[in-house]
Amino acid sequence: MTSSVRFKIQRYNPEQDSDPYLKEYVLENIQPGMMLRDALLKIKQQDETLSFRHSCGEGVCGSDAMNINGTNGLACLTPLSSLKQPIVIRPVPGMPIIRDLIVDMTQFFEHYRAVKPYLMVNDPMPEAELPQTPEQRDKLDGLYECILCGCCTTSCPSFWWNPDKFRGPAALLQAYRFLADSRDQATDERLQDLDGPYRMFRCHTIMNCVTVCPKGLNPTKAIHHIKQMMLKDMV
Amino acid sequence: MQVASRKFDVLVIGAGGGGLRAALQLSQADAKVAVVSKVFPTRSHTVAAQGGMNAALANVRPDNWHWHMFDTVKGSDYLGDQDAIEYMCRAASHLVYELEHQGVPFSRLDNGKIYQRPFGGQSQNFGGEQAARTCAAADRTGHAILHSLYQQNIRAKTHFFDEFFAIDLLQNGDGGILGAVVLEIETGEPLVIEAKTTLLATGGVGQLFRTNTNAHINTGDGMGMALRAGIPLEDMEFFQFHPTGIAGRGMLITEGARGEGGFLVNKDGERFMERYAPHAKDLASRDVVSRAISTEVREGRGCGDDGDHVMLKLDHLGREVLNKRLPGISSMVKTFLGIDPAEQAIPVFPTAHYTMGGIPTDRYGQVVVPIEQGEEPVPGLYAVGECACVSVHGANRLGGNSLLDIVVFGRAAGNHIIEYLTHNRYHQPMKTDSIDQAMARLSRWDKTGAGESVVGLKQELQAIMEKYCGVFRKEDVLQEGYNQVLELEKRLQDVRLQDHSKIFNTARIEALELENLVDTALATVASALNRKESRGAHSRIDYPNRDDSHWLKHSLYYKEGYRVDYKPVRLKPMTVDTFPPKERVY
Repeated sequence: MTSSVRFKIQRYNPEQDSDPYLKEYVLENIQPGMMLRDALLKIKQQDETLSFRHSCGEGVCGSDAMNINGTNGLACLTPLSSLKQPIVIRPVPGMPIIRDLIVDMTQFFEHYRAVKPYLMVNDPMPEAELPQTPEQRDKLDGLYECILCGCCTTSCPSFWWNPDKFRGPAALLQAYRFLADSRDQATDERLQDLDGPYRMFRCHTIMNCVTVCPKGLNPTKAIHHIKQMMLKDMV
Repeated sequence: MQVASRKFDVLVIGAGGGGLRAALQLSQADAKVAVVSKVFPTRSHTVAAQGGMNAALANVRPDNWHWHMFDTVKGSDYLGDQDAIEYMCRAASHLVYELEHQGVPFSRLDNGKIYQRPFGGQSQNFGGEQAARTCAAADRTGHAILHSLYQQNIRAKTHFFDEFFAIDLLQNGDGGILGAVVLEIETGEPLVIEAKTTLLATGGVGQLFRTNTNAHINTGDGMGMALRAGIPLEDMEFFQFHPTGIAGRGMLITEGARGEGGFLVNKDGERFMERYAPHAKDLASRDVVSRAISTEVREGRGCGDDGDHVMLKLDHLGREVLNKRLPGISSMVKTFLGIDPAEQAIPVFPTAHYTMGGIPTDRYGQVVVPIEQGEEPVPGLYAVGECACVSVHGANRLGGNSLLDIVVFGRAAGNHIIEYLTHNRYHQPMKTDSIDQAMARLSRWDKTGAGESVVGLKQELQAIMEKYCGVFRKEDVLQEGYNQVLELEKRLQDVRLQDHSKIFNTARIEALELENLVDTALATVASALNRKESRGAHSRIDYPNRDDSHWLKHSLYYKEGYRVDYKPVRLKPMTVDTFPPKERVY
């Protein structure tokens, strides 16, 4: 890697800017193994007005989703050395911008809440754990690990077109996480909630969600499984 | 100044496992609960807990809560309060089942029961064979628990104030707490939240140290608020260094890696833990393993060009075990080190991890302060989790006991608050001078002009703490560290922000966090300087032995006058016999 790296970072502060613009930064003394988040923190030392969310620095809290050279990803899991210069950083697309790289995630979380993302059991609970075989538990792998970073939903054209009606890949992945759970007893209710032309069926298997997921999850496959369950329900 | 105001029965500050478990208990009891969190709830640091949660389910090996209690008391180097420890260990199994019912996707055994793995400091039959007590969801147990608790709070219709930063507690002038002034980060507008009870669940203060396993947000905000309200912090000298942070970077490699059969080697390839802990070896308590690694490095047996770390070997476990039981750390090691742990060992070094000390509470989560005889609760104030000191961890926390701590005492505090509310039905009159005081803390950062930077001072503080208050400690070194932090506290007055925007001003949040860091740093160094013995995580080279006749007591640090005082350890459990202090060997 060269010793200096060039960035173009989208800036916007509604108190002073009429429109977002790209600002250039140069960073010297790049350490080997440096992640994009480390670099942004160094830039913030030069210019503390640069604003972005971040926290754990290891890809589990889901705070630092952003659009990196045109693709959504987590800054903390993106090695600088993997990026072509100038590195262009923008907020994730399709969401209202609050400031700089920080977007308003309200809609995203409303869809999440709308899929009833919690285990529903109607029977009285046993004194000990609800039994689940390792094979039944394996069905939750690839689903429960979602960190709600929003990379997938904000890269989905179907969501851009219908952000108020289409649940989006992240919420649908969680919907399936509970449909797939052998302990859950609300399958019919969940499937009914997802029926109709928009909530799930706006997915056109464009599969941007799969490409960008920093945890390697596959919302498109989850949506496919939900459709199969609905079909089975109908016949 | 006129500030907008909202009223709730309960204000919960912090949305990690402790805050969310309490909020759930309260919302289900139809209390009006506001949860204030400076990040969206599932970003809270509980999400990063990996290995699991202890409970004597006996799903894998024989176990019972009394053995768990013994291990916890011994792990605490006898500084833990035995009534609280008994309460926690007795409640553990119930709480794990409850979490399972709430949806936590625990890993499973062939018989359909919850998977449990061995962890450090666990024994059967009061110091016998290794136990397997840690309930795990692969190596993402904290994530699984935090998300499930958030989800259940959605179901219970808890009020969330996401991305609001708590500035200070509101006081009634008579020792009672009336809520807090918080800042809406998005708009920069302050808000008064009046509450009949306030629960602090703000987590630990791992950001005190340069290399740490903690998130950016772990800045001791609740501890800082308590100190400013005149409440002391307990046992702050006991800071846990996790044996296996990734060397030089700090990311955590779960103790579960050793629980699954991994082990540490020095540059000679020697399995050196056999020398330090002949019986428990790599699964000795964390303080023991961290000291062993530091000693290996100091004595020239470290690995790498600079001999500054040791290696954690997992390659003999096989790819299947790594994929099934340790997928999270396997992928993290690949991302950050470019190493496949199925083939190569991982460079590790003790890394600042967990704050054993905190805001003093009883086992109901009530914040307690000393009075002439004994102690009394602060009316309307509770604290749980890493920001609190109940004290179940004493001088050294056992792995797997922190997730347990947060749900056990989150729930206990919730229950006690429900009871408290039945006797305290009405809001007290608000004190405007208390609001003014909190607003002054905020407006201090409006000052413009040249000055030192927040991040510069923070980095200096972290370097000082690492250099002068690390794994091994000594009088003159601690004294120098204390002097330097005091100096830094003075310089804090000259720090200025360059960003004065109201909208999502993260620089301003970091400035407020820095104030909390400086206060908790002083608490930590002052308590460490005063404790002239070695116990648990507090290792004094100049006082190498534990000294029960003088130091079997809790430290209490007060902000006013930087004063350190003491209170007795509660050695009497609720129902069983005391575990009297014994020599601690693993």
